[in-house]
Amino acid sequence: MLRFLARRTLGAIVIILLISAITFFLFFALPAEPALMSCGKNCTADSLAVINKNLGLDQPVPVQYWHYMVGLFAGRDLTVGHCPAPCFGYSFSNQQPVWGTIVDRFPTTLSITLGGAAVFLTVGVGIGMLAAAFRGTWIDKAVSSLSLLGNALQIYFVGVIALAVLVSGLHWMDNPAYYPITENPVKWFTGMIIPWLVLSIIFIANYSRMTRSQMIEQLAEDHVRTARAKGLGRRTVFFRYAWRGAMAPIVTIFGIDLGSLFGGAIITEFTFSLHGLGRLAVSSVSETDLPTLMAVMLVGCTAIVVANIVVDAAYAFIDPRVRLA
Amino acid sequence: MCAMTSPSQSPSEAPSPAAPPDGAVAVPGTAGLVGRSPGQLMWRRFRRDRTGVVSAWIVLFFFVVALAAPLISLLYGKDPTTTYGLNEPGLLNQYGYPVRPNGGISGEFWFGVEPTLGRDVLTQLVYGIRTSLLIAAAATVLCVLTGIVVGVTAGYVGGRTDYFLGRFIDLLLAFPAQLSFVAFTPVVYSLFVSPGKETPTYLRVITLILVLWVLGWMGLARLLRGQVLSLREREFIEAAKVTGASPWRIITKELLPNLWTPILVQATLMLPTTVTIEAGLSFIGVGILEPTPDWGRMFANGAKYYESDITYIFFPGLAMIVFVVAFNLLGDSVRDAFDPRTRR
Repeated sequence: MLRFLARRTLGAIVIILLISAITFFLFFALPAEPALMSCGKNCTADSLAVINKNLGLDQPVPVQYWHYMVGLFAGRDLTVGHCPAPCFGYSFSNQQPVWGTIVDRFPTTLSITLGGAAVFLTVGVGIGMLAAAFRGTWIDKAVSSLSLLGNALQIYFVGVIALAVLVSGLHWMDNPAYYPITENPVKWFTGMIIPWLVLSIIFIANYSRMTRSQMIEQLAEDHVRTARAKGLGRRTVFFRYAWRGAMAPIVTIFGIDLGSLFGGAIITEFTFSLHGLGRLAVSSVSETDLPTLMAVMLVGCTAIVVANIVVDAAYAFIDPRVRLA
Repeated sequence: MCAMTSPSQSPSEAPSPAAPPDGAVAVPGTAGLVGRSPGQLMWRRFRRDRTGVVSAWIVLFFFVVALAAPLISLLYGKDPTTTYGLNEPGLLNQYGYPVRPNGGISGEFWFGVEPTLGRDVLTQLVYGIRTSLLIAAAATVLCVLTGIVVGVTAGYVGGRTDYFLGRFIDLLLAFPAQLSFVAFTPVVYSLFVSPGKETPTYLRVITLILVLWVLGWMGLARLLRGQVLSLREREFIEAAKVTGASPWRIITKELLPNLWTPILVQATLMLPTTVTIEAGLSFIGVGILEPTPDWGRMFANGAKYYESDITYIFFPGLAMIVFVVAFNLLGDSVRDAFDPRTRR
């Protein structure tokens, strides 16, 4: 287990380094003049030079990348001032430290993701198991049709409909908003209900369909048949034997979904005007705020890579046949 | 992957009594044995799948609408950019919302009038579908071609090539997809146009296709690599090698015919996904901008107007649901037709 974790962590670090390098070079090397982007429409050669010097953009890109990476771990001194340890630089658009903005925005994304994931995992898997247990009946058919429909729904459509019905139509809820859970748990919960609901609707379809087909596959396995043959109850066979095997692939997909949502549930955040990481990425795109964009990318790909490792480790616990080496 | 089932496979569609169960065996009829190519067999099976045929027609309908958008606009007598609501009084009220109920639907404006600008919703949607569908189709074609080339190369050549292509795919897959689409689109824009200048629409289209392509081909490549790996060891490939066939011939004449099933199935699944991604990009404002009509941007407009005019968003919304459902059903049917064993 330890060896597995060490090996995978090493691989993850390589991947993250590569992605950061590619992203960095794309962002800072491709556009002819990155400073021009942060300079605005009426920009003189002098102010351009000042910006370039302040941001260290007058140096070659590999040197810039080196400074950037060192700054991430050790902090760095910029003309604007000292930038402490996880230094992602200063935003081109509002001149604030990028890390502060990330820390500020992350709880919103975390709330959307964790709450939504809890709902879509339990409901999706539950529905899928129901369909597998009552295979061929009207329940199964209803689940199949619903998951086909759910698969075709888009957050940018369902989200708006949900707002129209629940908020402005029936006045059951207020507009979705983020309140820190530490300050007001009730408001945090009510503010997040609609995003969770909508995010879940999109994902439940996929999870129920996968759970159903996995369960059906598992129920036909030899060890499940043996369990049934030796007289174990239906319930035990279904939940202890088949379910456990069926969960392994589900966990894989779940880890990947969770990882990519952590990097910003972009469309959800945009639809409900929630200010999470995804929204930050979009606004930094429109303001061509490269340091912020770079930081969000790094956080996003770290989340994905970490999620992958956690999933692989979890695999071994769920399915004892899997040996990690 | 193949274990996924769908409602299209419900046993209710019993084959006609005269036909054999799957058409998989040559019919021992009066004419004796009739040889049929796998393609013919697939076509026969597909034609009997009613769900598949209906969804194929719907999919075809969307493509016709997309390609014939100017014709539709001509026959219908409106275009997507004219602001009818501003030009003609009596269509929009003083707040910019349609005067008539249900988003201003009338005999003249079949799908109503857009709030604020007063454009015609039907032509907006038709041209929007055209933009999104053509971008997605181009990206999908490029993705499929790249997937085939990389997957077959990695699988067939093997060794170091396979290893490096595999690691490259791993690397690209570790990019957060949605975030990368959002983040890299402006980078590619600035590749074409110096900052501060307007990006012309055709460059935006090319950029979107490029970004969707670069981050979209890996799944298919990986899948095909696996298929080629197992096919490579089969006797018929070995026989071809022994008879001195060139690698090119083996790949095109022996391997590819066996790969059309996964390629076609994946392509039919990839296209609707790509459409929704493109629409999502335009929705958040990094895709196609005004005044070019776009399917996804209609959702953004709908989100602006929903409190006073909810009708507007239903047209792009329902159209997209029908489109994606039809495409997914078509994908299932194509897979069933190619590979009757997946039928449960």
